[in-house]
Formats: sequence, C-alpha cells, structure tokens
Amino acid sequence: MKRYLHTLRIFWSASVGAEMEYRVNFLISLFNSAVTLAGGVFLLLVFYGSGYEMGGWSWPAALAVIGVYTLLDGFQQMLLAPNRTRITQMVRDGTLDFVLLKPIDAQFWLSLRQLSLWGGPNLILGAGMVLYAGASMPAGLTLGNIAPAAAGIVLGMAILYGLGYILSSLTIWFVKMENITFMMAALLEAGRYPIPAYSPLYRVFFTFVLPVAFMTTVPARMLGGGTSGGGTSGGGGGWLLGSLAVAAGLLLVSRLFWLWALRHYTSASS
Amino acid sequence: MPSVIADNLSKVFRVADKQPGLLGTLRHFSHRKYRDVEAVKGVSFSIEPGEIVGFLGPNGAGKTTTLKMLTGLIHPTAGAAQVLGFKPFDRKAELLRQITLVMGQKQQLIWDLPTLDSLRINAAVYDLPRTEADNRVAELADMLGLSDEMTRPVRKLSLGERMKCELVAALLHRPKVLFLDEPTLGLDVNAQNAVRQFLRQYNQQHGAAILLTSHYMADITALCERVIVIHHGSLKYDGELRGIVERFAPLREVTFELKQDPAGQDFQRFGQIESTDGRIVKLLVERSRLTGTVNRLLHELDVLDLTVSDPPIEQVIGRLFEGAEE
Repeated sequence: MKRYLHTLRIFWSASVGAEMEYRVNFLISLFNSAVTLAGGVFLLLVFYGSGYEMGGWSWPAALAVIGVYTLLDGFQQMLLAPNRTRITQMVRDGTLDFVLLKPIDAQFWLSLRQLSLWGGPNLILGAGMVLYAGASMPAGLTLGNIAPAAAGIVLGMAILYGLGYILSSLTIWFVKMENITFMMAALLEAGRYPIPAYSPLYRVFFTFVLPVAFMTTVPARMLGGGTSGGGTSGGGGGWLLGSLAVAAGLLLVSRLFWLWALRHYTSASS
Repeated sequence: MPSVIADNLSKVFRVADKQPGLLGTLRHFSHRKYRDVEAVKGVSFSIEPGEIVGFLGPNGAGKTTTLKMLTGLIHPTAGAAQVLGFKPFDRKAELLRQITLVMGQKQQLIWDLPTLDSLRINAAVYDLPRTEADNRVAELADMLGLSDEMTRPVRKLSLGERMKCELVAALLHRPKVLFLDEPTLGLDVNAQNAVRQFLRQYNQQHGAAILLTSHYMADITALCERVIVIHHGSLKYDGELRGIVERFAPLREVTFELKQDPAGQDFQRFGQIESTDGRIVKLLVERSRLTGTVNRLLHELDVLDLTVSDPPIEQVIGRLFEGAEE
C-alpha cells in the first residue's frame, strides 16, 4: 500500500512535469481554463437572475446538480480522460507490454498514471457551486447534508470511472477507441440537469440503463436532505444505497472485465 | 535449474484477411474473414543462468512471438514456458522483479521528460530505496558512458543515447533474465559496440541469462557462443555458433594465387569454382577432401599463395534461411 501511494506521488509529479515542459502550451492551457471558469460563472449568474425552475426543482437544488456535474467533469478531465487516451495509445503502439511486465497492478498504473491539471478549475468551481447551492437551501449547510452529498459525489466518481474503464478495456479487441473520451463526456453531460426534468422514458434510461442519475442527481438530492429542495420529495438514503450498489457493481465488473480482456491481449505485432 | 525453458511452445494467431479496394474494405467491415497463422510451431530449448544465447531467424520467423510467450505477454496455444521456475503468463510479481524485456523499436521512457524522471518511476515501482536506486543508476550510467544525457529530455537524445538510457531503465532492478529484441536496431557502429560491451559486462557481473535477437551478425558473434535459429516458426538449429558453419557450410573456401595467367586451365577437377579474378582463384571444397585437394593444387599448379577459410557466418546463415525457404 505504501509503495502504491509513493508510486502515485511520483506518477503525478512526472505528469505535471511533462505538462510544464512546454511552457507556452502550459500558459495557453492556464488562460483557457481561466476563461472557461469565468464563462461558467457568468452563465450561472444569468440563470440565477431569471428565477427559472426545471422539473419542479427549486433553483438551488438545480444549481447543486449543475455543481456536481461540473465537479465530476473536472475530475474526468483531470484523471479519467488522460489515462483513457493513454491506454488506447499504448495498445496501439504496443508499449502496454512494458506496463504488463512491471511488478505492479496494471489496472492501477493504467488508471492513475496520468494527471492533467486542467480539470482543476472545474473541480474547484463545481465544489464551490455545490457548497453555495447547499447554503441557499432552506435547511442550509449542515454536516447532515454535506456528508451524504460528499459520499454521493465520491460514488459518482467511482461510477464514472468504472464505466469508462470497462469501455477502455474494449481497446484490447478494437484497438482504435479514442471516441470513448467523447462518449464519456456526452454521457456525463446528460447528468448536467436534474434527471426528473427529463421525460419519463429518458428518466428510466438514465437511471437504469446508463446510471447518470446516480452520478449527479443523487448527490444533489442528498444536499437537499434527501429531497429536491422543497419540490418533489425523494427517497433519501435509499438513493445513496442505490449509488453504492451501482458503484460497487461497476468497480467489480470493470476489474473482472479487465482481467478477462488481458487474457485476450496478443499485443501489437513486434 | 535452467533459467528459461521453452517446452514445445506453439502459437497460432487468428488474423483478418482484407482484400484491397473499396469493395474489399466494405467486406472487411461487414463480413470479416480470418485465417489461422502458425507463428511458432513446437519450439523447445533451455537456457542456463549466465548464458548468452543468440536467437536468429529472418523477419517473421516467430522470434518476437517466442519472446512474448517467454515473458508472459501472450499465452502459448500449446506447450509450456518456464522462467526461473515460474509460469510467465501468471505474471507473478516475484518473477517480474527478476526479468526484463528490451525492444529496439519501442520505448518505455517518457518522451517529454529526462530519463531520470522515468527512472524515478521505475525505482518506485520496483520498490528501490532512493539511495540504492541512485547508486544503481550511477553504476549503469558509468558502464554505458552516460552523464548529462540523463538530465536531457528523452526527445532530444540521439537514437544511440536513447537506447543506452532505455537499457538503464530496463536493468535498474537488476534482472536475472534479459530478453532483448533487437537492442541495437538502427544504431551506428560505435553505439552498437558500446551496447555489446555493456551487455557482456552486465552478464559477467550479475550472472544473468540473456536471450538476444538481432539482425546484426556482429552482435551475435561478439556476444553469443550459442545460437538458436528458427525459421517459419520451427527450430532449425540449437548449438554452438561455430557449429553452424560446420553443419550448414560443409564447404571451405580455398583461395590461391598463381604465378602465371591460368589461360585454359580447368579448375573444376579440384572443386566448385566460386570466382576467378586474373591470377586469383576461389574454390569451394568439401571438408573431407580438403587436405588432398590442397596437396594436388600445390603439386600440379604453380601456386604463389594459398589460404583456406570458412565462409563468413553471415553468408552461411543467409544461405541457411534461403535454403529453408524452399
């Protein structure tokens, strides 16, 4: 365990080092992130001024959903997407061989080796929005709603990771799968608005087929004390348990699927 | 106990067959056709600790596939591999800590960062304490004649420098078995020499077993006393390097210089004529008849100078592959 933590620290410092190697690119990315962040905040202010309600969700409750979405999006950009891209590359050029021959868990390496700083602003913005939304709700910010919301967010990250890793494992057979990145971004995008705001068919789809509802709507519900902030009431703890089950299931499946995919790995020809 | 055992190793790949053109592409997309390719057919050999073995064969002979089965990257279709008493495909950490794979065409170093950053990652993964890792890096760098190359981004290194750095990364954990797939590919003569010397030194210092593939015969003749030859996936020869010449080149080359222009002379009666160039004649003579033929030559002709030699090993192996082709 200690070795893994130490390795992780070295992984990430190397990733940041590689990013900072190109100074102009680094500055452009920094500027780009700042502009995106400003744009996000501006959009929120426009929405907030109009007092708009969606799907019977009060504005702070909807804001919480957008906040969770933004946070998860930042997490995806920071950790999940760069690693997914790298897996595809390594399968194609055969350098995956080097990882497989290291005395360390290959899934650990392939999931956490890369870290991009550019998801950071969204991660912070999202966290800020969630806290602000919580404070604007009738119950205000208490440990009783922050803790379950945080748990929901962590489970959301696990769900996002598990789904993405299953798709990445498919690279072993199909080799060229850069589109996974776009697909995962689009999937998460569907959770940008409260799932109850969608029509019933979509609601079922986004809850039971693609577990988008568990990624964003559930944590936001937790923030409102298990309800959607004065609107329709939800099942509270039941949803969180659902998230836990989905996350645990996906993590397990991603692990088993990966091990199975490896048995089929033949590695790119010399 | 041998370090490496290949026991009747076989690998069959299923590969897609695509016809050229748009129609071929469409068919390839909807009804993909496959055929089986036998890359390795029942190859057996074993390598003792401390041995350096050359692994030869033309492109596509199955060398890399065999190496991948021995390192556990792919599962044999039939037969079994054993490395240091482990089954490689299980990829037990205990085995992975003791082997390494170097591929001339692929690199593990991080492109944008200096080698030392990649080495830090390897040190962490192999659980080497900081000081120990530093000592080993210094030792390997010294053996390879590397200094400030280690702090330069890898993308700015020459091919030779990069290969040396790759070797440091591959050997930092002091493996006991080295699988080297064309480690000198594309390097200039000096860099090739440096890599060879380094490998010999490492082998002597650590008693490591080395299985080396290369298209440069100089690598093989400089490092390997024993060679294994495979062709079309089957083992053709396993034994001493010199034995190849005896087994596959039963003819020796007799070159002699005559005092006078040999107009109208018939050399066929002495052996197979390889070339005649003025007064210099090259004949190929069977080993068993060599002494008799040389005697007759010296008696019957006015010979100024005469040498007997083995044909160069490159030629013998080249001919061996051509022969196997038929």
